[in-house]
Amino acid sequence: MDQQDAGKKNKPELVATAGTLEEVSRLLEAGADALQAGEETYGMRLPGSMALPELREAAALAHERGARLYAVVNKIMLNADLDKLPAYLAGLQESGADAIVFGDPSVLLARKQAGVTLPLHWNPEMTATNWVTANYWGTKGATRVITARELNMEQILEIKQRVSLEVQVQVHGMTNIFHSKRSMVSNYRKHTGHDPAEESLDEERGLYLVEAERQDERYPIYEDANGTHIMSADDLCMIENLAELMEAGIDSFKIEGLLKPIGYNETVVRAYREAIDAYAADPEGYEFREEWLDRIKRVQPVDRELSYGFFYKEQVY
Amino acid sequence: MTVLEQSQPSEPAAARRLKRPELLAPAGSLEKLKFAVRYGADAVYIGGQAYGLRSNADNFTFEEMREGVAFADRYGAKVFVAANIYAHNEDLAGLEDYLRGLQEAGVAAIIVADPAIIETCRRVAPKLEIHLSTQQSTMNWQAVQFWKENGVDRVVLAREASMEEILAIKRHVDIDIEVFIHGAMCSSFSGRCVLSNHFTDRDSNRGGCCQSCRWKYDLFAMSGEAEQPTPLFEEGDDAFTMGSKDLRMLEYIPEMVESGVESFKIEGRMKSIHYVATVVNVYRQAIDAYLADPEGYRLKPEWVEEIAKAANRPVNTGFFFDEPDHEDHIFGPEEKAVPYDFAGLVLRYDPETGTADIQQRNHFKPGQEVEFFGPGGTSFRQTLGELRDEEGAVLDAARHPMQVIRMKVDHPVAPWDMMRKRTGR
Repeated sequence: MDQQDAGKKNKPELVATAGTLEEVSRLLEAGADALQAGEETYGMRLPGSMALPELREAAALAHERGARLYAVVNKIMLNADLDKLPAYLAGLQESGADAIVFGDPSVLLARKQAGVTLPLHWNPEMTATNWVTANYWGTKGATRVITARELNMEQILEIKQRVSLEVQVQVHGMTNIFHSKRSMVSNYRKHTGHDPAEESLDEERGLYLVEAERQDERYPIYEDANGTHIMSADDLCMIENLAELMEAGIDSFKIEGLLKPIGYNETVVRAYREAIDAYAADPEGYEFREEWLDRIKRVQPVDRELSYGFFYKEQVY
Repeated sequence: MTVLEQSQPSEPAAARRLKRPELLAPAGSLEKLKFAVRYGADAVYIGGQAYGLRSNADNFTFEEMREGVAFADRYGAKVFVAANIYAHNEDLAGLEDYLRGLQEAGVAAIIVADPAIIETCRRVAPKLEIHLSTQQSTMNWQAVQFWKENGVDRVVLAREASMEEILAIKRHVDIDIEVFIHGAMCSSFSGRCVLSNHFTDRDSNRGGCCQSCRWKYDLFAMSGEAEQPTPLFEEGDDAFTMGSKDLRMLEYIPEMVESGVESFKIEGRMKSIHYVATVVNVYRQAIDAYLADPEGYRLKPEWVEEIAKAANRPVNTGFFFDEPDHEDHIFGPEEKAVPYDFAGLVLRYDPETGTADIQQRNHFKPGQEVEFFGPGGTSFRQTLGELRDEEGAVLDAARHPMQVIRMKVDHPVAPWDMMRKRTGR
């Protein structure tokens, strides 16, 4: 791209996730450049479901501050979802959303059908693993790839070098590690003689799994209309190493706020905001400030480690 | 079919032009490929040295692929190669040569999840058909339509697609559809699980899956203000697990054939020869019986019994008819033992003397009860009499792997027939 150099100088975007209008306001206030939000009928693993009128307000709030709203339409679509999908996408465009975050190819057809021109962010989570495939979705209309959380730094940087799309990288928060269509917690409760209808098994319940040989790792698990989701036991935290990603010209940094209180997410957004601003103001003189991490550590749940995820790991197969 | 002229517009199969589905079997090695084909598979899928999701399987070299293709060809069967990883950047080097190699080896199709591999294949090995792997979690007809428009010849649907969803997809898009009908299942959407990566640094989407879904977990809830964890299990309760029962659609062959789905897939590249031969053999018979006479078709209890001889896990019907519930998981200890073992392979039979040469595949000895079975469902039991080696020396037991044993058999047998025995001594 011709903005190779310009890209370097451009400030990377800071994206957070919001589940309510209040969260939208507070995260914008904390310094988010963009928010991901959506409605559970078409989006999944959202920190809250926001219907079109709310998304419209969210977009307005974002635009007032020169920020953007990305509508999350990332679930694995069923036949029954297809009929209303084009109208929904049209509704998003009309509501002022700035992009559609998708994984299922049916969204491409629905978008075309509805004559929607919103940019597309390709985010299938664990399956966005190489630059050729990212470019493939680019030829199908995606303008941004959100890389798999299981990639390491080298792989991410090579993707950035070789794709013609914007690259978004999750730098903070939990990641999804298992998604089933089955109602696994309900099934387990039934198996042990309980009536799952009488209890909540959703995000609010604070359910987690512990594996026999990993007693100090807690893997959050919850159920919703899309099935069962299991999340990582640690929270990715790349704030110390953000410069590596900024130097490489990564276009957008995502903070996943799922299963975290808004206060936590605000603190995290503020810390990354300062880091990004400090780097943009003076890339050469930039230095990581321990204080940013300390502030995050102060709000970090005691049972969840901060980690580098897979950034500096070698995996085998 | 003589007296079916009344109410039902039920026509004979020929008139309804009932489509003959492909029976697609796994083949973890060249030998398994031969057995799968010989026992009735219309096509087999194998793994090559790279790009497949079974990095622990005995994967095929190009040389073995050529031999496998030639063998399959003699029986009118096809060979597909699974190249269904989600590639990382560094996996792409060498991909072109690999795909050209597959094409040269005479492989009919590749099973792919990653568009990087789809596009490369279309460019460098255009003779290969492209089958979209179940790893893409394809659940709706517009996604199927998308893949059709983008060069895919066949879509293997997500195992989460119900019969109703499958029929809706078939109504909307004219493309070959493949579904799993038998075997182990990911309990997640295939490809949407990185438990292995997190627990063991093994990349599940590149073949490193360590089946963490079948491990045991304790479930807790963080309750209310106190923020104290509450165990959601009591003393004596089974542990939480994600492990699913296996799929078995044998009881629903009519529904499956009538669905118009083009290919029925059996899972299990890591399974034994005994398993592959037994399962393929049974489905072959069931499908053929239904095609020959749909109205007179009855599920034979011996088919169900037969499959149970080679498989151990409890079974269900996956998502075909309803969402799996608590009875569809394997909670509690998992039965590991398979009731029967492959004991010997028939190499030759002499009808004059009623003697067979059997290649030893597991320990057996005189006095032991064994069962012979072969392609097409022939089967009988007998008690083993005298065993001799090729030189004619009497043996107290067949203890050497691959040794050729000469013995009397109660009924005629043929090469490729297998002899099984009860598991254990």
